[in-house]
Amino acid sequence: MAGSSVVTDAESGVGAGQSTPGHAATLVVAARERVAEDVVSLTLARPDGGRLPNWTPGSHIDLVLPEGATRQYSLCGDRWDAHTYRIAVLREPAGRGGSAYVHDRLRPGDRVGVGGPRNHFPLVPSEKYFFIAGGIGITPLLPMVHQAELLGADWQLLYGGRTRASMAFRQELTDAYGERVHVVPQDELGLPDLAALLGTPRPGTKVYCCGPAPLLAAVEAACAAWPPYALRFERFTAAAQTGPVRETPFEVELRRTGHTVTVTPEVSVLEAVRRAGADVLSSCEQGTCGTCLTPVLEGQPDHRDSVLTDQQRRANDCMFVCVSRSCGDRLVLDL
Amino acid sequence: MSEALERAVALPVSDADPFAHEVLLDPEPLHQALREAGPVVYLSRYDVHALARYEHVHAALADWQHFESGSGVGLANFRHEKPWRPPSLLLEADPPRHDAPRRVLSEILAPPALRRLRTRWAAVAEELVDQVLRDATEFDAFVALAEAFPLRAFPDAVGLGPDGRENLLPYGNMAFNAFGPRNDLVAADAHRVAELSAWVNAQCTREALSADGFGAQIWAAADRGDLTHEQAPLVVRSLLTAGVDTTVHGLAACLYAFATHPSEWQRLRERPELARTSFDEAVRWQSPVQTFFRTATTDVTVAGTVVPRGTKILMFLGAANRDPGRWHDPDRFDLTRDPSGHVGFGMGPHQCVGQHVARLEAEALLTALARRVQRIELTGTPHRHPNNTLRSWAALPVRVQTVA
Repeated sequence: MAGSSVVTDAESGVGAGQSTPGHAATLVVAARERVAEDVVSLTLARPDGGRLPNWTPGSHIDLVLPEGATRQYSLCGDRWDAHTYRIAVLREPAGRGGSAYVHDRLRPGDRVGVGGPRNHFPLVPSEKYFFIAGGIGITPLLPMVHQAELLGADWQLLYGGRTRASMAFRQELTDAYGERVHVVPQDELGLPDLAALLGTPRPGTKVYCCGPAPLLAAVEAACAAWPPYALRFERFTAAAQTGPVRETPFEVELRRTGHTVTVTPEVSVLEAVRRAGADVLSSCEQGTCGTCLTPVLEGQPDHRDSVLTDQQRRANDCMFVCVSRSCGDRLVLDL
Repeated sequence: MSEALERAVALPVSDADPFAHEVLLDPEPLHQALREAGPVVYLSRYDVHALARYEHVHAALADWQHFESGSGVGLANFRHEKPWRPPSLLLEADPPRHDAPRRVLSEILAPPALRRLRTRWAAVAEELVDQVLRDATEFDAFVALAEAFPLRAFPDAVGLGPDGRENLLPYGNMAFNAFGPRNDLVAADAHRVAELSAWVNAQCTREALSADGFGAQIWAAADRGDLTHEQAPLVVRSLLTAGVDTTVHGLAACLYAFATHPSEWQRLRERPELARTSFDEAVRWQSPVQTFFRTATTDVTVAGTVVPRGTKILMFLGAANRDPGRWHDPDRFDLTRDPSGHVGFGMGPHQCVGQHVARLEAEALLTALARRVQRIELTGTPHRHPNNTLRSWAALPVRVQTVA
């Protein structure tokens, strides 16, 4: 699908995207800028201006739409700025509402629910990289390119798009990196010859690709002879990101103590169970350190942490109560 | 010029030596003095800035952008001084180089991944406690429990071979001394550096590690390209450096706490699910890792004081963990307290990646002990062992009364 910068890995789907605007993750739109035809970037910050959780290139955040569904957008800002996140969103007329919300509704000063960041597309160490971006797929690759340069890696970026005017960050990339960046606007140059570019495996090179499905399929086919793990990509998917909306309270039963508490939208599960007298050790309270892992006996958690893999999320047998919530009316915890 | 003058006037100066034996053995008086002197104190003896209040230690730990680790987390500044060994890819690295090793190790040591060890370690603890209690009711709890349990549990989990494990504790002691100044403690280890380093490095190779441990999982990550093959042995080395002594002295802190607080032991016996919390409370109260340094990446302002670019900052984790500005009655070991948020494991991107392993070890040992032991009390003066970084123990003589 051509389109939005919705990025998830192939596994996301079940359970993912069902979300509640967690009280701890309401950010404010600090700036909004048009960065290409039909592409706007948003700069997000905490209302109190504090530090945001750390992220690494390839990370995405969940943006919570007013109806409660979420969309994933790659972080494309500067991780040395601990106080803002940047995303860039392509208007997608045939989309499912995320890009319309960002383009038509969100304005500087507005508040928006944010989950994550999580990273399914990490930049692994290598001496050489070949980055391939299609359209808005440039977003996760942008911080990777900066990082590869910083580390002194030998890298190239192939950046394809419909037209020059549609390609976000094109000018900034070519200004900064010159010949390392190969811009291929389809209306001027046609599609890049991937078979010629990738047909011969290059030992020691990692290929990172993000873009629409046909591009990924073409890159995958062209890399057939490459060694395992050399090719890494992130798919644009239209995986169902809707789900039950929980802006309403839910109940949490503490099986061992026999107490049941109601968790209202303003409090975390951690706070609620502590008020009920449960001793739950926590540390970062941002869903990153892993300390407050709590066994789940019944119910489906709405996972909002940065620790569990998708497989572990789907198991529904544990959750990080500092940030994660409930998809259903009731959770039973082993507390 | 006038700014520099103002700073010289405003910044409290101390000529105390945080690495002197008497301070290492009893650090609380210095901690209190530093906390009270101001948010930032200049330590003239070492030309470093010190942070001892919770708020500023916590903020500096999180702020990797301004307080870097890559120039070394000890007194030595790697910008000017050659490290005594190739720097750690985790502890002594910053983003972006820190990213991949941290990600790989975090996944291997994450709580869900450790579940398979819970049953195994409960059995190991049960067996050890049985053995100790069968032999005597008076013993050195430091040697018999705090040292013995991690040495039975952890090296197997890493996948180490049976030979040479007695090198682990001396290596850790040496590595943690090396973060301090080149004092007599460092000199005392000097003759063993080559031998111990060679043994540890030999254990980090793929061939030396069993197929089912953390070490093999690190090598598997390298095979998938998530790390380079050059990085893999250094990531294994981090486990061996940071995973043993820290836990040993953390467990000793916990046993010392219970031996001196009988009512808290009763509380744990009544509610064994407090084992994890009690370990963290002991880590807060004693702070097995007392200090780490950072280096200012730029002129950075802390509570109005400019810390000049390239200079070292000494963070007193132990002082932060007893800051009355953060903790009520901080000198009390108290199981009714919520120790969450202590900085005994650090905070931020370098927060102890093995903390869940340590908690699982503590939970196994304390649960086994709580089942069998009614009372635990000191029979003599416990002895500390001075180390430049660790709040270390040498002996913890106790008497226990077992459950009839």
